[in-house]
Amino acid sequence: MSIFVDERTKVVVQGLTGGQGRFHGLRNRDYGTQVVAGVTPGKGGTDVEGIPVFDSMHEAVAATGADASFVVVPPRFACDAILEAAVAGIGFIVCITEGIPAQDEALTYNRLRREFPTVRLLGPNCPGIISPGKTNIGITSGDIALAGGPVGIVSRSGTLTYQALYELSQQGVGQTTCVGIGGDPVPGTNFIDCLEAFQADPDTRAVMMIGEIGGSEEERAAGFIGAQMTKPVVAYIAGVTAPPGRKMGHAGAIISGSQGTAQAKMDALSAAGVSVAANPTEAGERMVEVVRALA
Amino acid sequence: MDLYEYQGKQYFHRFGIPTSPGGVADTVEEAVVQADQAGYPVVVKAQVKVGGRGKAGGIKLAKDPAEVRQHAGAILGLDIKGHVVKRLWIEHASDIAREYYASFTLDRPNKLHLGMLSTAGGVDIEEVAATNPEAIARLHIDPVEGLSQETARRWVDEAGLDEEARDEAATVLVRLYHCFVEGDCDLAEINPLIFTTDGRVHALDAKVTLDENAAYRHPEWEALGGSDTDDEREKMAKARGLNYIGLSGSVGIIANGAGLAMSTLDVVTQVGGSAANFLDIGGGANAAVMAAALEVINSDPAVRSIFVNIFGGITRVDEVAKGIIEALTHVEIRSPIVLRLDGTNSVEGRELLAPHLSDRLLAESTMLDGARRAVALAGQAGQ
Repeated sequence: MSIFVDERTKVVVQGLTGGQGRFHGLRNRDYGTQVVAGVTPGKGGTDVEGIPVFDSMHEAVAATGADASFVVVPPRFACDAILEAAVAGIGFIVCITEGIPAQDEALTYNRLRREFPTVRLLGPNCPGIISPGKTNIGITSGDIALAGGPVGIVSRSGTLTYQALYELSQQGVGQTTCVGIGGDPVPGTNFIDCLEAFQADPDTRAVMMIGEIGGSEEERAAGFIGAQMTKPVVAYIAGVTAPPGRKMGHAGAIISGSQGTAQAKMDALSAAGVSVAANPTEAGERMVEVVRALA
Repeated sequence: MDLYEYQGKQYFHRFGIPTSPGGVADTVEEAVVQADQAGYPVVVKAQVKVGGRGKAGGIKLAKDPAEVRQHAGAILGLDIKGHVVKRLWIEHASDIAREYYASFTLDRPNKLHLGMLSTAGGVDIEEVAATNPEAIARLHIDPVEGLSQETARRWVDEAGLDEEARDEAATVLVRLYHCFVEGDCDLAEINPLIFTTDGRVHALDAKVTLDENAAYRHPEWEALGGSDTDDEREKMAKARGLNYIGLSGSVGIIANGAGLAMSTLDVVTQVGGSAANFLDIGGGANAAVMAAALEVINSDPAVRSIFVNIFGGITRVDEVAKGIIEALTHVEIRSPIVLRLDGTNSVEGRELLAPHLSDRLLAESTMLDGARRAVALAGQAGQ
């Protein structure tokens, strides 16, 4: 099994006619994802290599029965696109857009929470989700993933998500689902949402968690793992050498005061029984050992 | 982007938050002119983006032009925790009855706005939060609802502000909230928010951090720009739109994505080296961005080797390869470059680079091996 999405998930690409939308939308389809429609206002009636384009999400959903969307539009349009998807009845929205103002993210998150409590938003500023062999929604390169499980991956950083997939696939360890939650201050889906889903998924037998400096989500995740998880977890936290007070690219990645240091996160995870690795390669090696011990 | 106090006060002014009359001065003479306009006594305040100015001698009271001259002369050029004072803010001194603390920020775990209000203002609020947390009245605000005057009025009651200050304080807080939201701040903080002996509430300091992602809808921010760094490398990177932080090591780092860039720094350190910088070329970087990144790293005289660590997702490795080739034809890169390229279009990228590989441009297949090679080339470790 996989979490959140599977081979039956029908995806609309919001922004399919743009450069990035076209490139990644078609790559997703090539991977096997059911990319059933695109939406670009004003371009309804056209198509992108056989994928029909609609003017609105409402029309796209009515015509195709889509249940997921992939938002790949510029920052100033992204929040409207997310809300349009929710209004149209989409239940799972992946937004890869980087650079959305934090105030817009906070407002959109809370509008979804109030008006569409069952809708799950993944991102913004995330690589998306891949369930190897089933579906790939987002910008992850599908060839670095390996189908068959038994590892679930959840990561804040996009590129470290790929690194984690790659390390495991190289060692012949497959993945059930790999979720990139994104590095922005208000992610729609957080570590705990994913850990909870992996704990409940019978095919996922171990979880790799990739965090980074800033915020307190990793510490909260450690609390959840200690209290609720029976499956083994291997973690890696990026930013041990990051200087305090400097934003490391992600709006979220900043150490302020004594909060959010890599060491504090690693200590909290270790205390919760998580195996904490010093670098992505070591995390991969430790997971190989964990998976061997499961067999 | 952090604002200087004077910029923060000017920003507050746009949202109707009262501040003291004053102006900026870059010289002693300008300081006297501003003091004359503001009216004596005045406060001469160092403009640096670091806390603890008062303790460092960067804030002084002056009762006449001679004292302004004396203090301005002493404070200009003063080094406060590594920040050299180049600009002063001169404002009319206030008669303070009480000092409060007020701020709005985003409560990330709860995904709500968080207001903090306290009668224990004027001091380090983090210390108050740690030692006396009940002295801070916290208010969670749903961004969908916003902050009403009624809620603000209840909040000042709860915080225990002086009775006579409460109505006006509530109004200032609603305005500060508008500044925070419509002004696209990550942080809007007043410490101290003062109650004067003549019964007015206003901001004696301003700490504003703007969310750079919102710059597209605030053309007025361009004027605030001004680099707050003396690091030539950072200035050069900023001019090229790169996400760069200067460090003190000898291995230049170029990576895509903040997480991978941070991880690259960590791994270089673990194998015995030290990074010269953090540089995230971002998602979807093209050849021009890659070329600009190499030029900035190349300008750093401390750099002995360069580690390019790319895992393509939205970034396409063939674009990165084109950027490297382009940079090599335009600029003489002083240091050997170690490449580690994986992910989207990496096969195409490696093919493009294959004819260019040499002892100055090397390829490694893993991040760890790439880091080891770069560190060895920088002559830092015996790995």
